[in-house]
Amino acid sequence: MGADLAVPSPPSPKSRLTAVQFLSLKSSWMEQSDATAVAQVRAGNPDAFRVLVERHSRQVFRLTFRMTGNEHDAEDIVQETFLRAYRQLHRFDGRASFGTWVYRIAANCSLDLIRARKRREVQQPQIADEEGKELAASAVANDPTPERLAYSGELQQLLRPALEQLSPMERTAFVLRHYEGMCIEDISRALGVHAGAAKHSVFRAVQKLRRALEPAMGPAK
Amino acid sequence: MKHLSEDDLVLYYYGERVPGVPAEEHLGSCAACRTNLESLRQTLDAMNSLAVPEPAENYETRMWQRVYPAIEAIEIRRRRWFDWMFGQRKWVLAGAMALIVIGAFMSGRISQKSQLKVVSLSGQVRERILMVAVGEHLERSQMILIELANNETKGPVDISEQQVRAEDLVNENRLYRQAALKSGDKSVSNLLDELERVLLDIAHSPSKLDSAEFDDIRRRIEAEGILFKIRVVGSNLKARERVRVRQGQSKSL
Repeated sequence: MGADLAVPSPPSPKSRLTAVQFLSLKSSWMEQSDATAVAQVRAGNPDAFRVLVERHSRQVFRLTFRMTGNEHDAEDIVQETFLRAYRQLHRFDGRASFGTWVYRIAANCSLDLIRARKRREVQQPQIADEEGKELAASAVANDPTPERLAYSGELQQLLRPALEQLSPMERTAFVLRHYEGMCIEDISRALGVHAGAAKHSVFRAVQKLRRALEPAMGPAK
Repeated sequence: MKHLSEDDLVLYYYGERVPGVPAEEHLGSCAACRTNLESLRQTLDAMNSLAVPEPAENYETRMWQRVYPAIEAIEIRRRRWFDWMFGQRKWVLAGAMALIVIGAFMSGRISQKSQLKVVSLSGQVRERILMVAVGEHLERSQMILIELANNETKGPVDISEQQVRAEDLVNENRLYRQAALKSGDKSVSNLLDELERVLLDIAHSPSKLDSAEFDDIRRRIEAEGILFKIRVVGSNLKARERVRVRQGQSKSL
């Protein structure tokens, strides 16, 4: 399967290039090779899609895991992301790289899942609230210092609930800005909202996170 | 002096433009804002320690194996639409192919002991016809298996339509398997042997299955990896056919 894919060879790290030059060349090679695979899929060879799945799925998983906080959901979203990408490949205009495009799809798939999950939680508010309170209480128990939290791994327990209390839009905007390094303009394009809305989602997310992490980090000034 | 707001500091932290404020300059001269920035930095830097599990080494392959059957289903639906556009031509062609294969197989049997040169020629023709016909047969079988594997219906499932098609395919499958055995094509005959068992399973199951029974059928399809094998053998057959066509073209030039 996909054995006859005509994908260009990657640049060799052995040639005399600086690390930056090498990375830039590698990224350009990947984009070129992505474009080749996309063209082959469009020409009626679905097996060529394998190159794209194998190249981007790990990175997409990191994004979806940060969004959902659940490995199983994250994997399901990765699968759904690539299926949506396959179905909508005719809409991919090549202005952004395939990686960026598939990232946007993953962010939106994650957003859909978090929204659906929130709706379910609204239907069972007591249980969700109680679980949240217990989790937060256990995380901040015994008035831990930042050092202790950081080194004992308890900070981890505080971070996830902090992220989960954000609204779906706030969480998506924050993850894209903070972890994926996307600028506000790109986030607004990815989520189909105005730049102002994307910016305010990030601001609100940061405010809420600071409040949630106050027990460990000290009060927000 | 007007201090930087928390929003300004957030923009500054992320390297975004802070509208209407020379943030860098202000921070250089304002200790209060520097303290606020430091506090914000601590919180946001702490978010970097949020652990993300590293997927297993074969994650990419596993993901492709999850995505692939659904892509196949999409392609099959597209092909179905195409077939629908062109009426029943494909089925007529498949029937004709089956008849030719049977004829070729029978004539091969009868003329087995005749002159070597003639036998060799009819063997080549037979093999080529077999390849095309088996390719068609595999596609139709694959369609049924994918329909069943991707059926997400909750509760009782009616598979009577697939059963009728599976029964037809079982008979054809037997003939193709015998022909493949005769021509010595082990990969094809082995696959057809496995496929026959799966098709028989489907054909002989009750028409209306409860969730557990239906899951059992789906599990059997998945456990044998039959869809994957069909795809591989189908691709090989197509590749062989392409080579033959190319060879034929270069000879005729």
